[in-house]
Amino acid sequence: MGEEARLPPHLPARDGRRGTRAERGQRPASIPPFQSFLDEHRTLVYRFLVGAVGPNEADDCFQETFLAAMRAYPNLRHADNLRGWILAIATRKAIDAARARNKRAEPVADVTELLVGQAGPASDAESEALGGWIDEPLWNDILELPPMQRVALVHRVLLDRPYAELAAAMGSSVDSARANVYQALKKLREAWTNRERH
Amino acid sequence: MKDIENASQRAATRLAEAAAREGLLDVAYGFADSPFGRLMVAVTPRGLVRLDYPDRDVDLSLRELAAEVSPRILEAPSATDDIRRELEEYFVGKRKRFTVRVDMSPLHGFRRKVLEQTARIPFGSVTTYSEVAAAAGSPRGMRAAGNALGSNPVPIVVPCHRVLRSGGALGGYTGGLDRKVTLLTLEGVLEG
Repeated sequence: MGEEARLPPHLPARDGRRGTRAERGQRPASIPPFQSFLDEHRTLVYRFLVGAVGPNEADDCFQETFLAAMRAYPNLRHADNLRGWILAIATRKAIDAARARNKRAEPVADVTELLVGQAGPASDAESEALGGWIDEPLWNDILELPPMQRVALVHRVLLDRPYAELAAAMGSSVDSARANVYQALKKLREAWTNRERH
Repeated sequence: MKDIENASQRAATRLAEAAAREGLLDVAYGFADSPFGRLMVAVTPRGLVRLDYPDRDVDLSLRELAAEVSPRILEAPSATDDIRRELEEYFVGKRKRFTVRVDMSPLHGFRRKVLEQTARIPFGSVTTYSEVAAAAGSPRGMRAAGNALGSNPVPIVVPCHRVLRSGGALGGYTGGLDRKVTLLTLEGVLEG
């Protein structure tokens, strides 16, 4: 199935008759040049993907995310909430990638540095908050989580997004977004507690 | 040292290549050095669509291209290699004709005809606004021809600097009259 069919919120139905905006004689919507859109959101998306799929797959997912966005881009009806739109695409790519990987082990050597040591200036508080508890064993636990739970956790804790946005990005209800985060945190807590006992 | 900002920057740079391979890159742009400073050049699969002097606001140009051509625009210097090389050769006097194609598809009507006629004026020669207007099919459309040339989206390559007033006065130039003089001097029309 093409990306367009999977991206309902922004895209018009393609009935094949409407033609391009120019052909319809409409004033073009002010969709920003893709380069501006990319520059504005690339760091956030990359950070999300490093958390959601790990550093080794973040790059491929990043390419897939923005290529999918580029495919759909000329058909956007408006430029409202492009951040939510690109995070929704990234979320789907992350879940697909996590499912495809099927829980194979992966090295997480410099994840902590990537996510915490070098967080941008706007997220100092966040990195400080994360810095206290993210370490390698915990990252291993995070990467072991089921894809939906892991992605939900990254949205909520790493990007600090409200549940409503998180649900929109994941295409789920607010309740199920909440439940995914809850389950993720519960599993991490259990793993953590077990380790401390040993 | 790895960090998110740099990693995302590198990934974004690679995106342009992948997008071009998949036929998703409708407009690629880059920058060319020139005696006037850094020129912005933008190309589509059909050819050169924009050449801006340094004083033109790049963001504004890109927004115009997004509306007129396609919003699928990325900075992709390698896609502009041909035009950048030809411009470089032109400015050092080693090129008299540009072989890169010009994408006239965003242009319409009389404006397009005027620029098409202007594109045929050879290096080292000049013509007048009224001659260009006549060649474009409207002998009395001098003023409209002047306007069309004043809004030339690809100066230098479509040589609107080779169009002068009847009687030999230089006329105007959107990029500034100094630039018209520099170009005509480079081409041997004016004495250095």
